[in-house]
Amino acid sequence: MTDARGNGMTDATELRRRTRELLAAHPPATTGRLDFLRARFDAGLAWVHYPEGLGGLGAPRSLQAVVDAELEAAGAPGNDPRRIGIGLGMAAPTILGFGTDEQKRRFLRPLWTGEEVWCQLFSEPGAGSDLAALGTRAVRESGGGWVVNGQKVWTSSAHLARWAILIARTDPDVPKHRGITYFICDMTDPGVEVRPLRQITGEAEFNEVFLTDVRIPDTRRLGEIGDGWRVAQTTLMNERVSIGGMRLPREGGMIGPVARTWRERPELRTHDLHQRLLTLWGEAEVARLTGERLRQQLVAGQPGPEGSGMKLAFARLNQEISGLEVELLGEEGLSYDDWTMRRPELVDFTGRDAGYRYLRSKGNSIEGGTSEVLLNIVAERILGLPAEPRTDKDVAWKDLAR
Amino acid sequence: MSPLSTESTESPVGTQPDLLYTEEEDALRAAVRDLLRDHCDPAGVIVRTESDAPHDRELWKALSHGMGLAGLLVPEARGGQGATHREAAVVLEELGRAVAPVPYLASAVVATEAVLACEADDLLAELASGRTIGALAVALHVAPGGAYKVVRYENGTLHGELTAIADAAVADVLLVPADDGGLYAVDASAATVTPQVSLDLTRPLAKVALDRAPGRRLGDAEPAVRRALRAGAGLLASEQLGLAEWALTETVRYLKERKQFNRPVGGFQALKHRLAQLWLELVSLRAAARNAADALATGSDDTDVAVAVAQAYAAPVAVHAAEEALQLHGGIGMTWEHPVHLYLKRAKADALAYGTAGGHRAALADLIDLPAP
Repeated sequence: MTDARGNGMTDATELRRRTRELLAAHPPATTGRLDFLRARFDAGLAWVHYPEGLGGLGAPRSLQAVVDAELEAAGAPGNDPRRIGIGLGMAAPTILGFGTDEQKRRFLRPLWTGEEVWCQLFSEPGAGSDLAALGTRAVRESGGGWVVNGQKVWTSSAHLARWAILIARTDPDVPKHRGITYFICDMTDPGVEVRPLRQITGEAEFNEVFLTDVRIPDTRRLGEIGDGWRVAQTTLMNERVSIGGMRLPREGGMIGPVARTWRERPELRTHDLHQRLLTLWGEAEVARLTGERLRQQLVAGQPGPEGSGMKLAFARLNQEISGLEVELLGEEGLSYDDWTMRRPELVDFTGRDAGYRYLRSKGNSIEGGTSEVLLNIVAERILGLPAEPRTDKDVAWKDLAR
Repeated sequence: MSPLSTESTESPVGTQPDLLYTEEEDALRAAVRDLLRDHCDPAGVIVRTESDAPHDRELWKALSHGMGLAGLLVPEARGGQGATHREAAVVLEELGRAVAPVPYLASAVVATEAVLACEADDLLAELASGRTIGALAVALHVAPGGAYKVVRYENGTLHGELTAIADAAVADVLLVPADDGGLYAVDASAATVTPQVSLDLTRPLAKVALDRAPGRRLGDAEPAVRRALRAGAGLLASEQLGLAEWALTETVRYLKERKQFNRPVGGFQALKHRLAQLWLELVSLRAAARNAADALATGSDDTDVAVAVAQAYAAPVAVHAAEEALQLHGGIGMTWEHPVHLYLKRAKADALAYGTAGGHRAALADLIDLPAP
């Protein structure tokens, strides 16, 4: 413990020195945003836990905060991580883990600077929780490249993305988990058609993506042929880590707006709502502490399994709290700010009005793994309970019921 | 104090509560668990509940004389171990896991905190050594800010009757609040202590009757009682965590073994989801309980909120865990022979101890400025 902290101090000092060097060589006041971000990447200060030459220095992940604090104090521009979350949180760790040296060099820098936005082509209309059942086909051409046909769904940022991480079926004759291959798909290919998918909130955060004879060279395959399921596990695991890594102040999440309304508008208060609000406030605070404890475990190098549970807790709380808020607002709860079909670039679960928050939070227990599937994961991987008997594991994909 | 603590947004990591266990705390846990494994088996605890000595005095001696754990909250200069609520919380997790019938929470936490608020270093050292067992003569269900019954102080002696006093039957000294505002130490031999038939078999209650009993005034009752009950409520969350952990671990173990319909029962999704939900409640309770223990240990301005949040959350989780354990054990869970009933009874009694979850939520309303209509 002491040793780890001791080393951490040395590294922090070194990182601070390098950050100041970067700031001296590229003063934010006189350097263009993109130039600064590229220089930061090249200095290894983009994501310090990445290897040297790929935007990092092989330092502990927890020390990123040291760099970020220095840069923020100096007024340096950031890479707007909320806009490029899929690239940073999902594509990047997968490319790092499975990409060739050439792929890492080509893709990671513009991904991190935000010059190239990424999206994820995983879910399909017929493959949601059972993602491994996916039917988008990638067929090998005589030249070694691939031709892809199929339909993907729930793709955020597809209309903005330059690249996509894609999983497709390359061998229908083997059981479903074994016949999948992982690709990097060029979203400007003429065979890629993106259509907005309007959701219950009225807007379209997501898209349907139709792939018709899309050509992907073999150099944009990530990992081995038929190993796509294993590669995708890295992507999905990182998705959940990034959810667990959030740090909130007290009242920092969905409870914030409803607590403010309660304080500012005494005429709305009722006894029933008071009891429910206090219960949810306590639960939200406990969920925040649980997240904080998970973060402390990560910093101490003892990652716990709690991350799998955090998404479950936040999904339920977001739904119950926003539902309560609609009721608290009385007459106002009967209105909605705007049903116009729009394509928001950023999504804020706690944004807009109570009606929006209530409707949008319904997705929290579906997106990124349904609550039901997450409960199975907790039960099987953490508690070690046996899996349900399966009828799909040893059957060729082409023979599965659908 | 700023109840909303929105300043934590910018505050450096150092001011965050430490929600982890230190290596020393892990070692302490291992030592207590070893002791309990050897000296506190469930079958023995069940038999003891129906004997005329429901408390395990040998175990208490091993914990206090042997390991020095009765004095964790007392500074070394005053005869204790100079540890904190963080370590006491770890001990309580293990005692909860074993539903150990020892007066640790009553004596080493609640009575000790009351005496710490007074000037009575001789008694403090006695409690810290564990040679003397103390009990605060306030009914177990009274919340930290709640009203409590007092006895009459008249002509230098104490008169009155107090009920639902946890672990009083095994106490050597009773700390009694009186109507003159004082807190008095009364030798148990000067009181009539009558065991009550209690819902919780492993933390039995007793009635205390004082009739011209001599007492020594330790100090003012009000601050001492408040301080004692707040620490009791905060650390009870760790005991509840231990209870819930036993319930989940034991139920998972049993459901992997138990077969019906030619399968382990634990493979049925309907049950797996319930256990996974319980696991989530448990890891959440761990964070809340560590937060309360750390706040008490550091004397944080946030302690009242931390304790109320932990207690508002802990009781329903511990009861849920025990109830699920019983249900998922099926018929065997309903028998006197299986220890799950000890946990259910403790969990349900704990749900009232030092205030109900609802009572703590009501306290929270004032602390965080979410006032009632």
